[in-house]
Amino acid sequence: MAMTPADAHITVNQLTMAYGSFVIQRDLSFTVRRGDIFIIMGGSGCGKSTLLRHLIGLRAPAAGEVLIDGESFWAASAEAQDRVKRRFGVLFQSGALWSSMTLAENVALPLEQYTDWSPARIHKLVALKLALVGLAGFEDYYPSQISGGMQKRAGLARAMALDPDILFFDEPSAGLDPISSRLLDELILELRDSLGATVVVVTHELASIFAIGNNSVFLDADTKTMIAGGDPKQLRDTCPDPKVRTFLTRGVESGKPA
Amino acid sequence: MHGVMDTTSGRGEVRCSRPTAETLRVELVGHWRGPDEVPALTGVEQALEAAPGVQRLTLATTALSGWDSGLVTWLLDLLALAERRQLVVERDGLPSGLQRLLHLATAVPERQGARRETSRAPVLDRIGLATLALMASVGDLLGFIGDAVFALGAFLRGRARFRRVEFILLIQECGVQALPIVTLICFLVGAILAFIGAVQLAMFGAQIYVANLVGMAMVLEMGAMMTAIIMAGRTGAAFAAQLGTMTVNEEIDALTTLGLSPMEFLVVPRLLALVTMMPLLTLYGDLLGILGGGLIGVTVLGISPVEYFNQTRGALTLSACAQGLIKGSVYGMLVALAGCLRGMQCGRSAAAVGQAATSAVVTGIVCIITASALLTVIFFRVW
Repeated sequence: MAMTPADAHITVNQLTMAYGSFVIQRDLSFTVRRGDIFIIMGGSGCGKSTLLRHLIGLRAPAAGEVLIDGESFWAASAEAQDRVKRRFGVLFQSGALWSSMTLAENVALPLEQYTDWSPARIHKLVALKLALVGLAGFEDYYPSQISGGMQKRAGLARAMALDPDILFFDEPSAGLDPISSRLLDELILELRDSLGATVVVVTHELASIFAIGNNSVFLDADTKTMIAGGDPKQLRDTCPDPKVRTFLTRGVESGKPA
Repeated sequence: MHGVMDTTSGRGEVRCSRPTAETLRVELVGHWRGPDEVPALTGVEQALEAAPGVQRLTLATTALSGWDSGLVTWLLDLLALAERRQLVVERDGLPSGLQRLLHLATAVPERQGARRETSRAPVLDRIGLATLALMASVGDLLGFIGDAVFALGAFLRGRARFRRVEFILLIQECGVQALPIVTLICFLVGAILAFIGAVQLAMFGAQIYVANLVGMAMVLEMGAMMTAIIMAGRTGAAFAAQLGTMTVNEEIDALTTLGLSPMEFLVVPRLLALVTMMPLLTLYGDLLGILGGGLIGVTVLGISPVEYFNQTRGALTLSACAQGLIKGSVYGMLVALAGCLRGMQCGRSAAAVGQAATSAVVTGIVCIITASALLTVIFFRVW
């Protein structure tokens, strides 16, 4: 069993992910500390999003375990799993807003389901969350009526609805222009500092990785396991594995064209 | 990069010559751009056959006025031919754009195992695989029904989480909004039954019994079955498409990560909506079928409306009506289950959503007809 530091929030232990007999990644072990902005990185198709799906409880591991606050997620009862999941906020790649509901209804749904607060109180909170992501006034729009970037921000508002302990982001900057993408990065930092949340981000956007990440894991598609972990800036400068350095410098450092 | 734009049609030509005994010079001449097929490699092959001593190919161009990807494929074929014959190829005579494209196309070697094998498995293998797939799908079906039962149980204990607004919208969608099509189909089915029955019954001079025939047929079976088939095509397909699209958009994942069960949140309201609306629609369909039969009876057979009404009322029994309504509820349950099952099983692409909708209709109709046969036998024995 790997050593778990006292401030460990998520600990992944010897995790193997597979679709049937097809192994995607094996023997992943890493720790996300409380308050980290943890980056899951790697080339396309290496299993980053699949790892995220394991962390948020959508896919059971083929082997190994995921500990949230020291409790094994997959060994817990269904009720306990639901309780843990309620402390998660997830921003899916495309926003994944419920298309039959307005933005306000999307953000309100978790609150309606898990609190017995009055509609007026929920309404105020919904307005606040939408304002935090810059969507004040868009309460009554349907997801199909706003742009992709706005859908993503609305998805973030929904992810924050229950003031989560851990925020998960699946490729937050995919499909965003550079400025929106930087604003989203700043928002993530802001949220971490103000909510005190732990943040896990799947991305291969180098600008984001260096701007927000302070811890990371690097997945490799060829060896089907993690080949590095730690602060991305240090990895770029000192990682012994040339593959990681090449990735983090867009292939410029090693002299090979990317 | 593709040279000058040119609208003349027709492909250029290939000229082969032998400056030395060991060298074959392949010269590309003229216009290599446009909709026409590129020339075959046969010219070069013949030249090589004629000169067995050739060791190297020199590529050159003369007055090459334009080219496109067609020329690149031709050159790739030529390179493959040269490799088979172990010839050295000199590309320096080609325009630099062409050389770069050739370099790009051959720079990354084909990934081992990336190309899909298209060989057909032997018949026995395929039968075996199909059987295994069938067993797996039966397993999925049973698992889904089990989950649905648990979710319904949670609903009965008042613990299922779903939005009431959505339930009301669903009631509207599979109730009121289905009335026009149910009206049309059931009315016509009643009329058709009356017509066919009239021809047969007229042989005995018993036209008045058309009312019995239409009434019993509609109430016992046709009302429920026609309505169910309409609902399978209309609502079952819609359920599958809605849930399928939600799967593609990760909306189902978003529910699951919130700790909300898609089974309770999406499937239960759909199931309840259809199960409560189907008996009402069935009753309405029965009535319309009888009206359709009555129209034929009155206009074509000359039975008076009062006579037809009295005859129908005499023929129908409460238990027959009840049987029809029970069938309606069961069909409604099956249509909703088939639609939701196919929607939840949907893959993650637009094509998969289409397949889910198609499959929901097929599954729904198969289930309806099978259940109809079973229920008819059961009612006949038990009732």
